[in-house]
Amino acid sequence: METPPPARNPRIADAINRYWRRNLAIMAVLLLIWAAAGLGAGVLWAETLNAWSLGGIPLGFWFAQQGSIIVFVVLILIYALLLNRLDRQHHEELATIHGDAS
Amino acid sequence: MSVQAWTFLFVGATFGLYLVIAWRSRVSDTRGFYVAGQGIPAAANGMATAADWMSAASFISMAGIISTLGYAGGMYLMGWTGGYVLLALLLAPYLRKFGHFTVPDFIGDRYRSDTARIVAVICAVFISFTYVAGQMRGVGIVFSRFLEVDVNVGVYVGVAIVFVYATLGGMKGITWTQVAQYWVLITAFLTPAIAISLQYTGTPIPQVGLGSVLLGEGTALLEKLNQIHADLGFASYTEPFIGGWDKLNVFCVTLALMAGTAGLPHVIVRFYTVKNVAAARWSAFWALLFISLLYLTAPALGAFARYAMLEGLNGRTEAQLPEWFRSWEQTGLILWLDDGDGRLAYTGREDNEIFRSGNMGAAEVAAVKTDHDRWLIDRSAGQDGRAVLRQAGLSGPDRDIIVLATPEMAGLARWIIAFVAAGGLAAALSTASGLLLVISSSVAHDLYFRIVNPKATEGQRLLVGRAVIGVAVVVAGILGIYPPGFVSQVVAFAFGLAAASFFPVIVLGIFSRRVGTIPAVAGMIVGIGFTAAYILGSVYGGWSSWAFGIGPQGIGVVGMALNFAVTLGLTPFFPAPDASIQELILSIREPEGAGPGLDIDHSVEAD
Repeated sequence: METPPPARNPRIADAINRYWRRNLAIMAVLLLIWAAAGLGAGVLWAETLNAWSLGGIPLGFWFAQQGSIIVFVVLILIYALLLNRLDRQHHEELATIHGDAS
Repeated sequence: MSVQAWTFLFVGATFGLYLVIAWRSRVSDTRGFYVAGQGIPAAANGMATAADWMSAASFISMAGIISTLGYAGGMYLMGWTGGYVLLALLLAPYLRKFGHFTVPDFIGDRYRSDTARIVAVICAVFISFTYVAGQMRGVGIVFSRFLEVDVNVGVYVGVAIVFVYATLGGMKGITWTQVAQYWVLITAFLTPAIAISLQYTGTPIPQVGLGSVLLGEGTALLEKLNQIHADLGFASYTEPFIGGWDKLNVFCVTLALMAGTAGLPHVIVRFYTVKNVAAARWSAFWALLFISLLYLTAPALGAFARYAMLEGLNGRTEAQLPEWFRSWEQTGLILWLDDGDGRLAYTGREDNEIFRSGNMGAAEVAAVKTDHDRWLIDRSAGQDGRAVLRQAGLSGPDRDIIVLATPEMAGLARWIIAFVAAGGLAAALSTASGLLLVISSSVAHDLYFRIVNPKATEGQRLLVGRAVIGVAVVVAGILGIYPPGFVSQVVAFAFGLAAASFFPVIVLGIFSRRVGTIPAVAGMIVGIGFTAAYILGSVYGGWSSWAFGIGPQGIGVVGMALNFAVTLGLTPFFPAPDASIQELILSIREPEGAGPGLDIDHSVEAD
């Protein structure tokens, strides 16, 4: 096991809470898009979407076999970029707090 | 050079490559053996994850399933890729921060319970074995067709190769071998797809070719397919929810495959092998990007293969049949029982003449054929073989031949055909080795070290790990030689079981600080118990799908919902985890202070 987090300085606890809430917000938005693209456009609304077509492929069929997969790849890319940036901000915030305390 | 000579050349060269890589990355400690010293770069880990993930089922069967199901084939595409989003967002970074070896390890530590650990070990081993059996069958199919050796000889060769590089290099050897296997399998999949797309539509991008106009026909590919399907009495290729798959079942199977993917131990364990939390996220991205290359191409290949097969077979006489038909006819994966007019008819109606032998033995098939020939001469003698096979549910060719036979159908160069065989083997072997490692780590680490003998030395643990892999390879080989008749179904069921057992406990273990041991174990047992009972009842007990009409493949979703409901429902009545577990959860959630990636050559236990 790694070393336990340092004793709970209220400012550190605040920073950690903020980090976790932002993480949950990003996750919720991305998961909503995930559900809409895959289970929504690919399954639930497929019949309706098939009335349109994209490059010669009926749209509902396209979402089920192509579009949803493309959306999934982009979602993970966005998640990695946003969260790794959030991690860095969090790290700097903690460093500032430790700097003030010492 | 003949196809067979080319195949020997490609298979020999790629196998040699895998062994060289394994020898160069052999390891001497458990950290290297189970998690490759946690020093694998994110992109390389992504490739290895992709090869690990894309099994014989993805490479050999999936395009064939899509080819047969049309729209409904999308549930496999969405399910097996959408799961990575769940994995990346809900599990991978936190499990990497946790920083141990296996999934049962996390469950055992988070819920501080050996019962939970043992339940998790049993689930992991069961899921992995059902999966491995399918891979070994894939190896057998490729060998029997392309090298014209006995299926069993093919399995022996596969077992020997996996045995050498899995016991030698552990996770490190397996990871670097899988990187090589990824390139072999993806090139082998894309080359024929591009060649066929060029041949039929003039565009080198198969995904664009899917929506393009057929050369010399003036009609778009999908439109033409829908026309042919209507003429021959098949359900429409692009319209959803007709034929056997209604909206509810497509929805449930897709969701079960997604949650199951995120709960499969051999995929999760991959994210323990990278340097840090950020690398775990990147690794998930690379993995899905590399996987999507194959998954975006498979629907195009499936549609082209469908067109090539329907156009290439219907109305032919015995003398006009293409060469590929004869070679595959010998394997029993495609059969023609004529109605007496001498012309082949492959339709979705009663006059269909194309079948497969399925699980029937060679003698049984021969008897059906003899009876059918007698019936053709004198309708009062013998028996109409078409009716017999239709009733046995064996109409149409085996879907496994689609990918392997498409290059031949389209008349591509011999070396391409041989290369596809090497790709199929790479897909099967890479997945098999990853699964075997999960079995080994579950037994040697979670069972032996954590429960049976916690004082075991590094050397003892490594020895047990290697021994378990050795035994597991042999068991997998036996399963490949004597496949239980239900292997292909069981692989699909493994996802339902993973969705109903692992996925909820891990997610709640990370995102809830309140859920304690008893509710979690009860949830796991109810989830997997209900799902397993429903699957067994449907397959053997003749249950009609009584749970809202959901078939056994999608029932994992109901099992998962039950698991969540039981766990959350019991939680208020049982104590929350104690302070040390609370600390553990908080530390998993925060990326700060993650254990550093260790130098592979100087790794020590970092506890």
